[in-house]
Amino acid sequence: MKINKAQLIQLAISTAVLGLSLITALLLGSVILIIAGVNPLIAYKALVIDPVSSLFGISEAVVRAVPLMLVGTGISIAFRSQMINIGAEGQIQLGAIAGGAAAIYFSGLPKIFLIPAVILIGFTAGGIWGGIAGWMKAKLSVNEVLSTVMLNYIAFQLYLYLIRGPLIDPAELAWGTGVPQTARIAGAAEISRIFLGYRVHYGIFFAIVMAFFIYFLLWKTTFGFRLRAVGEEKNAAAYAGVKVDKYLVMAMILSGGLAGIAGTVEVLGVHRRVLEGLSANYGFSGIVVALFGRLHPIGVIPASFLFGLLLIGAEKMQRAVDIPSALVISLQGLIILSVVSSSLLLEKKKYRDKIYNIFS
Amino acid sequence: MDIINLFELISRILIISISVSAPYIFAGIGEMFSQKSGVLNLGVEGIMMVGAFSAFYFTWAYNNVLLGIAVSLIVGAVMGLLMGFVSITLKAKQGISGIGIYMLGWGTAGTLFRLFIGGVESIDKGVENIDLPVLGRIPYLGRIFFSHNILVYAAFLLVPLSWYLLYKTPWGLKVRAVGSTPRAADTMGISVNKIRYQCVIIGSTLAGLAGAYLSIAQANMFTSDLIAGRGFIAVALVYFGRWKPFGVLKGALLFSTANAFQRWFQISGINFPYEVTVILPYLLIIVVLAFSHKGFAEPTALTVPYDREFKG
Repeated sequence: MKINKAQLIQLAISTAVLGLSLITALLLGSVILIIAGVNPLIAYKALVIDPVSSLFGISEAVVRAVPLMLVGTGISIAFRSQMINIGAEGQIQLGAIAGGAAAIYFSGLPKIFLIPAVILIGFTAGGIWGGIAGWMKAKLSVNEVLSTVMLNYIAFQLYLYLIRGPLIDPAELAWGTGVPQTARIAGAAEISRIFLGYRVHYGIFFAIVMAFFIYFLLWKTTFGFRLRAVGEEKNAAAYAGVKVDKYLVMAMILSGGLAGIAGTVEVLGVHRRVLEGLSANYGFSGIVVALFGRLHPIGVIPASFLFGLLLIGAEKMQRAVDIPSALVISLQGLIILSVVSSSLLLEKKKYRDKIYNIFS
Repeated sequence: MDIINLFELISRILIISISVSAPYIFAGIGEMFSQKSGVLNLGVEGIMMVGAFSAFYFTWAYNNVLLGIAVSLIVGAVMGLLMGFVSITLKAKQGISGIGIYMLGWGTAGTLFRLFIGGVESIDKGVENIDLPVLGRIPYLGRIFFSHNILVYAAFLLVPLSWYLLYKTPWGLKVRAVGSTPRAADTMGISVNKIRYQCVIIGSTLAGLAGAYLSIAQANMFTSDLIAGRGFIAVALVYFGRWKPFGVLKGALLFSTANAFQRWFQISGINFPYEVTVILPYLLIIVVLAFSHKGFAEPTALTVPYDREFKG
């Protein structure tokens, strides 16, 4: 991969615009805080500075970067083909429950087979869920935002039903505590932690490899070229003989599948069982990560670490200065708004040339 | 089951179904205006959340229902202004900016709820039911149709009103022109962006009201999962209703009747997993969407920002 000067300038411009979007979002967010009678400086110190000031904070940020990276990469694929997949939340949950169940029941297999098999099952579960929305878009022109939202609610109830009923830990029933969670997964299915005493696990390397793999798939293969062509010029692609419907469905299967893997990896690497609240809105944060990574798998990698820090910062903020962590959802909403607004600057020639002249 | 009991059951289901249809009508009609002018606002759910929260907070803290409703309308309008600024002036992708608005509303309602209220609180007196004179005393029908709170009547009046506005006034003609052939409308001297701003703000204001209905007329409380997808469902009802006021009404009634059945099912004691009955409305929407794609009722310029300089 050779990088020339023009590309470097392009990268610098993109990064600068993203940085400005982030600052705009934080400024707008401080308006909410001021309305709520909170000093934004105190809130933002806890949000931005605290997580990077301890090893524990950094480890936890990386733990959160793993699902963000997988989901963000998946959403980039969907968005690239103009499918606005906001169903990652449900796809994560199904991946977690399917992968988790497999990791409990196939306990006899050796690690080297078990982990890939379980991850494949998680991919399949999420992929089917995404594929349904893709198929409905391709064949019945059902707006994918609406279908994925509805599928989210359905997946959520299915997930709760399974961990409260058929898949509940027998020990919970025996002790009468009834906490809605499954039994612990087989030891052979666990993804190991990297350092003793910290939760950061080897899943992070897997997520990075997956991001590079998807980059390769989208930019270095005919399949990827066609998939992106469908997103950029649907009619031209169809005219050139690309089966548009097929690529829409494939994009959604891949997108949902990666979210499914994210759910499975959360089970294998972090919680070691399926429990309530596992998906922690990663499906929505993943959208922000994808947009922040400019819908490019390689861009998603640093974006995931950044938003991992932001999420752990939000938890710290709630504990240290008692500002609700829900604020981070507003901030992410504002980040989405400022990032999509700024694309006018990057995509319109008139503005782009102006900015380009400043940098070169 | 004898015939009197059956009547009783049907009328009970219909009473619930009419009263729970109001938020779908408000939000659905609002979204219809927005889409008619060419702007797909997917942030309805988030706007309903802040609308519901602000209405609840002001009713709870100041014991004043009218103040609650007024604030929810203002909050809705402000959110609409933001959506308009991002998607009309800055020409951002509408689908994605709607998600931004959704998350902004969701997070803000959650944050302010925790800061200002903290836990489960309820109000004693929300929007009260009014028995209409004479009509309210008709057996069965009186209870079903004429014994609701004032917002329900408002919702049902909104439907013919918006039909009149869209199809019988010059402004309505402009809205339809801007949503289907913006360039021609522009040539005729209609300000495309102005009409779009108006429609998006009307839509968001109604979404704020829909949220207020849920918190201070239906549930008399606020929780973070109060809206539970109703905003997205309202958007789906616009597709189902073929972008027509009475079509949206039909969808809202169909859907609220399904809701009422679901509630009856949950309390009827029939042994069935709770989660499965909760799934039913969402499944219904997916089925409805799958069957409502035929025809070309969609405003042709929907989701396309208007760019005067574009030479296409």
